[in-house]
Amino acid sequence: MGDLISNLSLGFGVALSLQNLGLAFLGCLVGTLIGVLPGVGPIATIAMLLPITFGLDPTGALIMLAGIYYGAQYGGSTTAILVNIPGEATSVVTALDGHQMARQGRAGVALGIAAIGSFFAGTVATLVIAALGAPLTGLALVFGPAEYFSLMLMGLVFAVVLARGSILRAVAMILVGVLLSTVGTDLETGEERMTFGLPFLADGIDFAVLAMGIFGVAEIMRNLDHTEHRDVVHKAIGRLLPNKDDFKQSYKPVLRGTLIGATLGILPGNGAVLGPFAAYTVEKKLAKDPSRFGRGAIEGVAGPESANNAGAQTSFIPLLTLGIPPNAVMALMVGAMTIHGIIPGPQVMTKNPSLFWGMIASMWIGNLLLLIINLPLVGLWVRLLKVPYRLMFPAILMFCCIGIYSINSLPTDVMFIGFFGIVGYALIKFGFEPAPMLLGFVLGKLMEENLRRALLISRGDMMTFLDHPISAGLLAVALVILGLALLPTIRKGRDEVFVE
Amino acid sequence: MKRTLFTLAAALGFVATAAQAQGTYPTRPITLVVPFTAGGTTDVVARFMADHMGRTLGQQLVVENVTGAGGTVGVTRVAKAEPDGYTILMGNLGTQAASVGLYPKLAYDPRTDFEPIMNSASTPMLVVAKKDLPVKDFKEFIAYLKANAAKMNYGSGGVGSTSHLTCLFLESLLGVKPQHVPFRGSGPALNALLGGQVDYVCDQTVAIVPTVQGKQANGLVVAVQNRLPVVPDVPTSAEQGLPQFQATGWNALFAPKGTPKDIVTKLNAAAKAALKDETTRKRLLDLGAELPDEAGQTPEALAQLVSSEIDKWVPIIKGAGVTGQQ
Repeated sequence: MGDLISNLSLGFGVALSLQNLGLAFLGCLVGTLIGVLPGVGPIATIAMLLPITFGLDPTGALIMLAGIYYGAQYGGSTTAILVNIPGEATSVVTALDGHQMARQGRAGVALGIAAIGSFFAGTVATLVIAALGAPLTGLALVFGPAEYFSLMLMGLVFAVVLARGSILRAVAMILVGVLLSTVGTDLETGEERMTFGLPFLADGIDFAVLAMGIFGVAEIMRNLDHTEHRDVVHKAIGRLLPNKDDFKQSYKPVLRGTLIGATLGILPGNGAVLGPFAAYTVEKKLAKDPSRFGRGAIEGVAGPESANNAGAQTSFIPLLTLGIPPNAVMALMVGAMTIHGIIPGPQVMTKNPSLFWGMIASMWIGNLLLLIINLPLVGLWVRLLKVPYRLMFPAILMFCCIGIYSINSLPTDVMFIGFFGIVGYALIKFGFEPAPMLLGFVLGKLMEENLRRALLISRGDMMTFLDHPISAGLLAVALVILGLALLPTIRKGRDEVFVE
Repeated sequence: MKRTLFTLAAALGFVATAAQAQGTYPTRPITLVVPFTAGGTTDVVARFMADHMGRTLGQQLVVENVTGAGGTVGVTRVAKAEPDGYTILMGNLGTQAASVGLYPKLAYDPRTDFEPIMNSASTPMLVVAKKDLPVKDFKEFIAYLKANAAKMNYGSGGVGSTSHLTCLFLESLLGVKPQHVPFRGSGPALNALLGGQVDYVCDQTVAIVPTVQGKQANGLVVAVQNRLPVVPDVPTSAEQGLPQFQATGWNALFAPKGTPKDIVTKLNAAAKAALKDETTRKRLLDLGAELPDEAGQTPEALAQLVSSEIDKWVPIIKGAGVTGQQ
């Protein structure tokens, strides 16, 4: 404990220097502004801004990059809430209720609770990293392919069981998502699958492309075919900040979301993507009136947003303690560290304590700064909604195109969002919900790859999933949930998760 | 009158800039295409080089990451770019040699579609075993692998990645066939090594050195001539009785075919200057990279390297029946 306090005071000593404080602020601000552009998530933002940290000392550079990371993450949620375009997997669920709140004139409240929930989650996660980072590393290592497959399966079962209305449609959409995730080069054989020989499909479909088409472009088309619907948004702006009632409704979801997100964030291979989905499912399950979800329930923003931010933070643990990046953003941070002459790994903590603890302290400071930057910005964002839609939609479309082009510099990606926009529009018209499809898309890829890896290692023996205790446990949970859902009485009370 | 003077001045100005454009390349920023994501080894090497070369040339080198299909998308773009010296490439072992074996429909020929500029940094390959694998050194590992190949698993960063190719090379030398378990990138493969889900991993120094230094995994051998300063305890393949096992990833600069000779010479000189610079040198060496000596810093040496690496790796790839992705 004494160690922890002295370490943290060392860290704050570094992070609170005028230069580092300024860099953290700059990072958070720039990250927020760029992250708000549809499609430009944390990965693209960091990649774009990496060179500007060249001239800085390593600690300052990493503090700034970490700031860009949280900033972009937060900015992505803003876009999800305001214009219903989730820039990355973790903000898909934020769009569900967040955008509905915006339509009801509660955009300010949604943005406010997202900022405050994120700040709380960030604070807790920073403490977790500082106090338990090293011991928790073990958790990342027990999760092998078998465990990971079972976790993803459980995630899909959650989605199936809790999908509303026509369970058949929800299952169909999840399966379409899984199918879409199989497009591209096979990981194991290197053969192309379902690419029709088209080179731009060789690496599969990019999540941002799919999400922006299905949500963003489709949403624009839907809005254009009944404009009166849209007027609601700019007529009533409402309060800018959450009030006492909002807090009362939100504090428990924030606590639960933080716990769920922080735990899943530690897992390797992008475990954090499950965080917001799981938090949303839990909130809906616990709610007295689950039918409010999908119609602007504040818990549906508070829980997932906290989970999102907690997971974003704790995913630093494998990077800082092992030097192994658990996901694409962290891989980029590894690159940033190497560019600055620091080879990430377990030695960083002992060889370079001021950098290590300075960065941890800066995480908390970064979260505080984000709150300070974002609360005043809420007013500005909300006023954006007043802009007449005929002016707004070309701008959104343009930013979508710029954003998507900036990720891979491929013109075909831009055409693809148009294609998925049409598909998404058709789906909405036929009453299919896009969210389960995106979940299937994200989990499907991870599930397939880990299933095959586990079977490669076990030489095709399916028992491997039961021989690993954690994997067996997760499968049992999935089975119980599925069983419960099939019981008629409980089925009647089945909740509705992915309601638009 | 005024007008004539103005036109005259403008014309003179134009002539002057035109002459300048010819004589003093570069007059505008140069795009350095990196066919992989930002933050990877090739990207890091490219950014170190770009930083110093930009100062030497007096024009910035802008790194553009054009990713996809194991790097071949970005390389194809450079192969088809205007050969004016304003679009150049940081290619590597994967894109400029292994790709010939991996992609039957490769849209470029690494030997004829480029003007080699210079090899800038090689990253030696290491073999690393999980901690509880009962072997003390590489010799024991070879014996163990030969006895237990059917049970053993190795992780890699993906089919056709440098880490996969190196393990394939080792297999072909030893005549064994352990199970390959591909991951998406080196990071997840290393995670599986530390978690004990795979038995060993072959990878380049940048990715793997920290885990060896931190004693979380057992560094068995470096597949190069000399021991590496970053991991001085790890013996070379020759010391361990398998001198044929030589494998290094390399990252080198190329321009599109037809780029004027004087421009290539200028770029080569700038790249040479970067490798002479203390800071750039140190940055690259800290990665565990090996830098080419004076003789290895010519376009001719790079052309030679490309062709010998194609001759070395393509049969290994074809022999293992690999197609693919990186």
